Amino acid sequence: MAKLTVNGSEQDVPLEESTPLLWALRDALGLTGTKFGCGIAACGACTVLVDGQAVPSCVMPLLALGGKAIYTIEGAAARKPWPAVREAWIAEQVPQCGYCQPGMVMATIALLEANASPTDADIDAAITNICRCGTYPRIRKAIHRAAAELKAA
Amino acid sequence: MIRSHARRRLLIAAGLAGGALVVGGYFFYRERDRLGLAEGFAAPPGESWLTAWLRIGADGSVTVAVPRQEMGQGITTTLPMLVAEELDCDPASLRYEQAPVDPLYANATMIADGVPFRPDDHGWLARLARHSQYKVGELLGVQATGGSTSVRDGWEVMRQAGAAAREMLVAAAAARWNVSAAECRTGPGLVRHVASDRSLSYGELVAEAARQPIPRRPALKDPAQYRLIGTALPRLDVPAKTEGSARFGVDVRVPGLRYAALTQCPVFGGALKRVDAAKAKTMPGVQAVVELAATSTSAAAVAVVADSWWRAQSALAALEIEWHEGPHAALDTAAQRAVYADLLKEGEARAYESVGNAPLELAAAKQVVHARYEVPYLAHATMEPINCTALLDKGRCTIWVGSQSPTLVKWLAAGAAGVGSDAVTVHTPYLGGGFGRRFEMDVVVQAAAIARRLPGTPVQLLWSREEDMQHDVYRPMALSQLRCALDAQGGIHAWHHRIVGQSCTGGLTARLLPAAASDLMKDKTSAEGAFDLPYAMPHRLVEHVLVHQPVPVGFWRSVGHSYNAFFVECFLDEAAQAAKRDPYEFRRALLAQSPRHLRVLETAAQRAGWGSPLAPRSGRGIALAESFHSIVAQVAEVEVSTDGMLRVKRVVCAIDCGKAVHPGIVAAQMESGIVFGLTAALHGEITLKNGRVEQQNFPSYEMLRMADCPAIETHIVDSGWEHLGGVGEPGTPPIAPAVANAVFAATGQRLRRLPLRLS
Repeated sequence: MAKLTVNGSEQDVPLEESTPLLWALRDALGLTGTKFGCGIAACGACTVLVDGQAVPSCVMPLLALGGKAIYTIEGAAARKPWPAVREAWIAEQVPQCGYCQPGMVMATIALLEANASPTDADIDAAITNICRCGTYPRIRKAIHRAAAELKAA
Repeated sequence: MIRSHARRRLLIAAGLAGGALVVGGYFFYRERDRLGLAEGFAAPPGESWLTAWLRIGADGSVTVAVPRQEMGQGITTTLPMLVAEELDCDPASLRYEQAPVDPLYANATMIADGVPFRPDDHGWLARLARHSQYKVGELLGVQATGGSTSVRDGWEVMRQAGAAAREMLVAAAAARWNVSAAECRTGPGLVRHVASDRSLSYGELVAEAARQPIPRRPALKDPAQYRLIGTALPRLDVPAKTEGSARFGVDVRVPGLRYAALTQCPVFGGALKRVDAAKAKTMPGVQAVVELAATSTSAAAVAVVADSWWRAQSALAALEIEWHEGPHAALDTAAQRAVYADLLKEGEARAYESVGNAPLELAAAKQVVHARYEVPYLAHATMEPINCTALLDKGRCTIWVGSQSPTLVKWLAAGAAGVGSDAVTVHTPYLGGGFGRRFEMDVVVQAAAIARRLPGTPVQLLWSREEDMQHDVYRPMALSQLRCALDAQGGIHAWHHRIVGQSCTGGLTARLLPAAASDLMKDKTSAEGAFDLPYAMPHRLVEHVLVHQPVPVGFWRSVGHSYNAFFVECFLDEAAQAAKRDPYEFRRALLAQSPRHLRVLETAAQRAGWGSPLAPRSGRGIALAESFHSIVAQVAEVEVSTDGMLRVKRVVCAIDCGKAVHPGIVAAQMESGIVFGLTAALHGEITLKNGRVEQQNFPSYEMLRMADCPAIETHIVDSGWEHLGGVGEPGTPPIAPAVANAVFAATGQRLRRLPLRLS
């Protein structure tokens, strides 16, 4: 049994403490917005925020997460960049199959919280997630659009 | 050669005539009624079906039954747009759901596209073959999403459904007002009687409209009147996919759900010898260990069922498994390549196109340009790993799976679950990528077999990424030899192309319907993009040597075009070089009689600034490919650093898909196809050693990522509604040759093997 703070509320998870966070979210807490892609922190589909950092939940054991604030796509609305990111994603018509997008959105929120004016090089360094549909050019535009919107607000 | 060609035509003709007799003249010429309602279509309270393609609610909402699966290509926006255009409703009232499994929604166009004729062949034999094959498609009644056919197949029927529903609503209003239908007009979501200035909303009329007869031939709009078609309507699935609420197969959650993980025999064609599950069964949360025998569709495997996927996956490590590795335990790629090289020289080939006498002309030519090209096996690596949820309860089987063919799911699940196909219900959530991988039924058969062992318990079987990569159906490895002779004007006089590889269609048939597997029918996909070129070449012979290998192969975005475009378009650059011509001008001359192709080529070249100066160690490459009834040209701009690092900086793409029903989605699909093809061109390679796939996950099978993604711009060339073509796949074929040709321009190195590796 592990205790987690997910999207602002404390949750009991009846799984071994070695379980990766991803499976606690998906199978125990019913938060299926966070996706399984590779299981080895190589694709970014499972990206969530832990104390504001974008981390791959597929390799993050529960025992490392006590007392930390975990945010998933279901709780993204609690993060400041969310409205601008959501609007930019829709304006640029980013998603195709959509499977990698929750991870992309969470990685983007972490980037914009840390860096209000990311350059292309900053985006390249921060967004290393895989999108098999090739939405990268639109994600880049959407991030710039969201950053501009946040600055104007 | 001419004799074998004539014999081939005779054989095809005889086969078709026989088939036509079986099908029956009446059915053969009868047009299928695709508008009528299937039996047992229930509508939610307050809603009524108007045709089998849409429901309207009392609140005016319009729900379109989308017969094709959404896997990123935007079909749940494009097809509802076609309905909305003719229905005359407000696009804000549009909803969609995936249509149930019913032959009404079959995709006969995809089946008809399988005949091995050039797209520009409109002779009687080609037309008869396509029509026969279309009728076979109707008889099979298979719902399938593939071959970039969804808009072409839905173009007529979705518009008709909207128009028929509109006429039914008008008839209902006219009856209510006791006026003639001709006096009524429709505006967004309502019917108006102009003379008396009365109006009723579709929501108010729908219950009465549903009792009107369905018009068989409703009047369709003049395309000049379109308000929606041709615009970039915001995609209906984008908000949910942004917010993380979109549900994929892997997100299915039903009461009492259990999770299964599996390990499959690492060698193709192997079997399970023995498993000791004693320890695994004692692990926390583990409910069952299920042995899965190999079938024609799926590999031998052992699955663990537990109360969380991680617990199931962890328990796999505690299984003690021994496999019968079978006869293919020594298979390796180096040996396969040697076999292919022998077959390239001496293997028995089948001609896909034979015009004039290319071998004779080449033998007589003073100068022959020749080269050998090669591509490896490729995995699909859909972002959503392979999964299926199954429940067998009281003789009924329910399946939830993101699949490119829910009809095949119904058939195959029935067999594996031990019930009739009428007892199977299929739910199709979003597909987290398809690319051809989700035509396969392996995971469906396995999940249904597990469910059969645990009646009453819904089980979600999810493969790890390693299982996905090592048990895919791969894009075939292929080897190619090209030879050509130039004419005095620098054009191509004779062309001979020989390809060695497996058959994708044959592979799929052997997996799904082993009794029907045969080499008799030529697989069009093996030589597509090679035998159907638009270039003027008076003498040409294009042939394919079919090889059988234990490695399963299947449809991979753009299928045969994915490798044939690389072979052909790179070799054309070599021919241009031999002719001392610019590669763009060389192609222009060959396309002088093909105005649509020429326009696409010129658009890409002009927009890319072809011929303008570039930085040192940079180069441009051009390639053109017609596939799935669309023509695409791309210009890639690359830079090669002094230490040999290749960077693709910019891609300019031009496409003629007739008319763009949704220009935003056309552009997005070009971007998508280009990135997919770039991943293959720069990274993709599946290799075998000791009968096993060597790559396991993304580090060893790398993908293009943000930092390496070029700027991409797409230009749409308009050639009219009569030339409607697909867009899901045509963006992929030209990119690898465009990049390889650009590398040559930048460095003088001619790379003839994918992935591209500079020496």
